[in-house]
Amino acid sequence: MVNQSSVRSLVNKPALNTDKPLLQIRNVTKKFGEFVAVNNVDLNIYAGELFCLLGGSGCGKSTLLRMLAGFETPSSGQILIDGKDMSGVPPYQRPTNMMFQNYALFPHMSVERNIAFGLEQDGIHKSEIKDRTHNMLRLVELQGYEKRRPNQLSGGQRQRVALARALVKEPKLLLLDEPLGALDKKLREHTQFELMNIQEKVGVTFVVVTHDQEEAMVLATRIAVMDKGQFIQIGSPTEIYEYPENRFVANFIGSANIFEGTILENNNNSLKIATELGEITLEQSSALGVGASVFLGVRPEKISISKDPSASTDGYTTSGVVEDIGYLGNTSRYKIRLDQGTLVDVTAQNHLRPQNRTHAFSWEEKVTLRWDASNIMLLKK
Amino acid sequence: MSDSALSPEMPSKAAGNLSLLDRLQERWKTIVIIVPFVWLLVFFLAPFFIVTKISLAELAISSPPFTAMIEWADGTIVTIRLVFDNFIYIFEDPLYAKTYINSIKIASVSTVLSLLIGYPIAYGIVRSAQVTKQLLLFAIILPFWTSFLLRVYAWMGLLADQGTINNLLISMGIIETPIRMLYTEFAVYVGIVYTYLPFMILPLYANMEKLDATLNEAAADLGSGPVNTFFKITLPLTMPGVIAGSLLVFIPATGEYVIPDLLGGGNVQMIGRQLYNEFARNVDWPVAAAVAIVLLLILVLPMAIYQYYQGKAAEGS
Repeated sequence: MVNQSSVRSLVNKPALNTDKPLLQIRNVTKKFGEFVAVNNVDLNIYAGELFCLLGGSGCGKSTLLRMLAGFETPSSGQILIDGKDMSGVPPYQRPTNMMFQNYALFPHMSVERNIAFGLEQDGIHKSEIKDRTHNMLRLVELQGYEKRRPNQLSGGQRQRVALARALVKEPKLLLLDEPLGALDKKLREHTQFELMNIQEKVGVTFVVVTHDQEEAMVLATRIAVMDKGQFIQIGSPTEIYEYPENRFVANFIGSANIFEGTILENNNNSLKIATELGEITLEQSSALGVGASVFLGVRPEKISISKDPSASTDGYTTSGVVEDIGYLGNTSRYKIRLDQGTLVDVTAQNHLRPQNRTHAFSWEEKVTLRWDASNIMLLKK
Repeated sequence: MSDSALSPEMPSKAAGNLSLLDRLQERWKTIVIIVPFVWLLVFFLAPFFIVTKISLAELAISSPPFTAMIEWADGTIVTIRLVFDNFIYIFEDPLYAKTYINSIKIASVSTVLSLLIGYPIAYGIVRSAQVTKQLLLFAIILPFWTSFLLRVYAWMGLLADQGTINNLLISMGIIETPIRMLYTEFAVYVGIVYTYLPFMILPLYANMEKLDATLNEAAADLGSGPVNTFFKITLPLTMPGVIAGSLLVFIPATGEYVIPDLLGGGNVQMIGRQLYNEFARNVDWPVAAAVAIVLLLILVLPMAIYQYYQGKAAEGS
């Protein structure tokens, strides 16, 4: 299920040292009574990565993060940071720092003292604490807020104090639990890029837990999609989105039109599959034999929609009527009822301003849909 | 108006309606505040002035047993007599100073003991599972269902020379002669701490319940061990609860009468007993009133501190 080789796709991070993982999670399981929160997961994370654990609530991503921080003990398995076994090491002796979902800033301390707290525990000289605190405040652009209390800050400012406090100790591994979850949409988008810039500047390895697929796509060098305590797929954002391995991932990241099918023929790099839309031929290799049932997925934005039925016949062409329209401004989402009965989602860019102040396509309009066979994702059951 | 037609989900500004509602709300607030004010006026301020008046009178063989402050003749005031002798007497007689100091000492030590016992209990309750939490809180409140006096009598039975504890220790062969516990200061401490412990635990619990448990994790994550985290994070943040609980124990303990009387006997001088003696035995109402006024003044200070912190806590949240 897990594909470690996908690290190679991190071409934009040439310095990544894949020989020696910074973090090794070895067959880690966490049970709460009968409930298995994390089920036998195995993962290597390398220095300099911004790794996202992505999944819905209760998928075990936060439990896994808390095990890395030392707040939970694995029921079985091993966690190694920089080659050192972390079992029995309490949180206050680990080379990790965590940014909490609710930030967990100390309400009775000023911004300055919140950030300095971690350094004070290490018995670092006062003047150095002052310097490093000051540098952190500059990094997160909070100079002038030194004496403020957390309740005198906005949500975005608190988020930055939490980040500064977690970063100031220069941990080997920074753990971030839904770092942008409490921010509103605009601020979140801005902060995503800020977070990436800061990570690049300080060079600390980040492990981010999030339920927001967009956040994971923007931030991560690699994403692990989690469900029911297991990794469903690990890969770069492009791999996860464009080449999902199974139906769950295809549906969880973005949306997909899924069709059921049965393999009719499988001969070297060509698959013939029978579906509700008729026979479809894929130029792909698969280990699945004839008669195996599979799913085929097509992303809504990879289907082109037009009013002209006589347009080029490349790829797969079908027709239907517009049943519903979701107007999002930059794009529109159409629900098309195909002639043979299937309902298909199609997303189209609104390149042009419609002159009649309505939609490019209107309800009950007859349209032609077309997609390229190379856009079809072969998904495991 | 075309704007509101385009955006029907925007709340319409019916200004007239809102201000009427506001005015009603304003009046309702006044009514709500007046009730406790009237209560305080009738049951606290008025008695306070009566007691003050008595403290400024002289002992007299009459009913009531003190001289009148204002003498009337033909509907006009003839004389106003304010006698400060009672206060001078209290300050000059070392017995009173000693008793006040002793009361404050006993109340202070009891407060510290209650805090030392109550703090871990409150913390334990907050950190326990929901069902256990309710059960433990119930157990804290349970003693209030029995008469306070009965519970103090029960302690007499436990602490007496021939009481349960001594009998048990003798029968186990740990001691040969009974340890004297009843009618000592020790018994008074036991009584006060036992009685007022819930008043320490409940405000501490209320305060700790609001405490975010992730703050402890954050401190640990930043390299702080458990002991350091307690003194740097937990204790400062539970200070409002500590102060509230301490004052709720200290204030009534200072003026306590029943516990020193029943458990301390004649050996423990506390101001509550002194007050009772002046009032009931010597039937010297003016001195008793003066003793009460001085006690009140001593207690106003911690009460003011309490109010200050309450206000500060309310501001902070």
